[in-house]
Amino acid sequence: MRGEAEGRLLRLAAPISFWGGVDPITGCVCDPRHPDHGNCISHRVLAIGATIGSSSSSAIMLELLRNGTAPAALLLARHDAILVLGVLVARELGYPTIPVVELTSAALAGLPTEGNATVSEDGKLRFTPPS
Amino acid sequence: MHPAVGVQLDRGVPQEAGSVEKGRYSATTVRLTREETDIANGSAGAAAQTAMRVVAEMARLMGAQELVTITSAHIDGCLYHGDGGVEFAERLVDLEGKVCVPTTLNVGALDLLTPQRVRSAPHEKNMARRQMSAYVELGCRPTWTCAPYQAGHRPGLGEQVAWGESNAVAFANSVLGARTNRYGDFFDICCALTGRAPLVGLHLDENRRARIVVETAALSHRLLQTDVFYPVLGTWLGTACEGEIAVIDGLPSDLSEDRLKAFGAAASSSGAVGLFHIAGVTPEAPDVAAALGGIAPLQTIRLTPEMIRSTRDHLSTVQTHELDAVAVGSPHFSLDEFRHLVELSSDKRFVVPFYVCTGRSVWEELESSGAAAALINRGVEIVVDTCVVVTPILPASDGVLMTNSGKFAHYTPANTGYEVVYGSIEDCVASAQAGRIVRDESLWS
Repeated sequence: MRGEAEGRLLRLAAPISFWGGVDPITGCVCDPRHPDHGNCISHRVLAIGATIGSSSSSAIMLELLRNGTAPAALLLARHDAILVLGVLVARELGYPTIPVVELTSAALAGLPTEGNATVSEDGKLRFTPPS
Repeated sequence: MHPAVGVQLDRGVPQEAGSVEKGRYSATTVRLTREETDIANGSAGAAAQTAMRVVAEMARLMGAQELVTITSAHIDGCLYHGDGGVEFAERLVDLEGKVCVPTTLNVGALDLLTPQRVRSAPHEKNMARRQMSAYVELGCRPTWTCAPYQAGHRPGLGEQVAWGESNAVAFANSVLGARTNRYGDFFDICCALTGRAPLVGLHLDENRRARIVVETAALSHRLLQTDVFYPVLGTWLGTACEGEIAVIDGLPSDLSEDRLKAFGAAASSSGAVGLFHIAGVTPEAPDVAAALGGIAPLQTIRLTPEMIRSTRDHLSTVQTHELDAVAVGSPHFSLDEFRHLVELSSDKRFVVPFYVCTGRSVWEELESSGAAAALINRGVEIVVDTCVVVTPILPASDGVLMTNSGKFAHYTPANTGYEVVYGSIEDCVASAQAGRIVRDESLWS
């Protein structure tokens, strides 16, 4: 899914289920057993190694977009039908959408752990260290 | 206008800080048949046209080259998570959509038989009801269960289907041998409206073979004969196998459907397990070699008692004797599980709230047999059409909840605010009758 985005990078430390893992109102990681518990994904360029669990994660993605609490962009290591679907349905409903970029697992694991990231319309990624 | 096909998943290339490089683009195209092209152009109405647009775009994103005709669907998208899901379902109703294959519905956010049981705010209740009604309007059967396979919806070996709800996907693929990917909310209904799914992933023979072998020979025979072992094994599998398909060897050949159900639900909560094989039990694994498809495994894992005990410990979030509620029935309780509960509970009363979640087809049989009344008289609360981790039913916003379900144990802390303690159904009954947590530790020592 194409688009432009810019935001602070957030690389999740473990696989996540958005349903039961992310609060669609606040955009914060709400699973107390997840290592990123308490971090908010809203407006971040969010890198996710793998998604697990619920098939309702697409619904949470849709609500995040509707509520304005979605990440700025998704960087995914695998074809993830469930999260991309939430973005696709948001587009059908005329909600704001975000770019979804696929990386290899190795590339994703090599991302910086902090700093800013920019996604441009033609698929370029730019990372800048924290100032 | 959106194109029927044409969305590309951007393949970005990460770079050193500050540098830039142009990303690569997916080049896959999806070949639609003449009939599919006609649907995409509106021949079957505007709802099917919208649905085909979503199916074709997702097919492209998933790397499919064509679509496959499906024979049934199970819809997870009828559960209320926010107003967006209602808007989408009602959009499809406004466009006069009707499913074109037999389609069952997963839980909603209301117990329609006892609406006062759910403590949601009026807006949420109203929207949850609108969402459930919209899916019925679209022609889906109001089964309201996460165990449709125990409510008469049982596609056969090799049948191509499109199912949502992670435990139902795992059961359909693994235990029934039907073929579906883990389809998310909204996509399930799009498949049902078009009768198509992307021909990719678990729909194809070559992606269904096991690549990991799990051996259970080092575990005690007694443990393998208990219900309480299977959610623990499932939780371990989901965490350990990271998306790879496993075949498990050495389990009893007479594993009950309820054990397989509990195992798959746990595996698909802790991981992304859409298909598992159990040698001598599940239909695509008459033995380990068959499940592997004659190819050497990537890895063989020999389970140890320590691995199982550690997984079991992680299913609980607190060590305590205090108990506020017990919840069972994730996935929804079957008639066999109810019969066992009736036996276990004898004539003693439950002194903390004891919730059993089930579907209405099981409820109707339970009610007509008189078993429902017997359980309710002992203090059991039977929740129908929904469950206690998807909607506010529990009496407070925090406390300690005990469960025999790996899936409940996984989702309870984040979804309800309760701490969770995992135990067997026998532990759950004894604890709810004693008013404090009692667990038989002898199995695990």
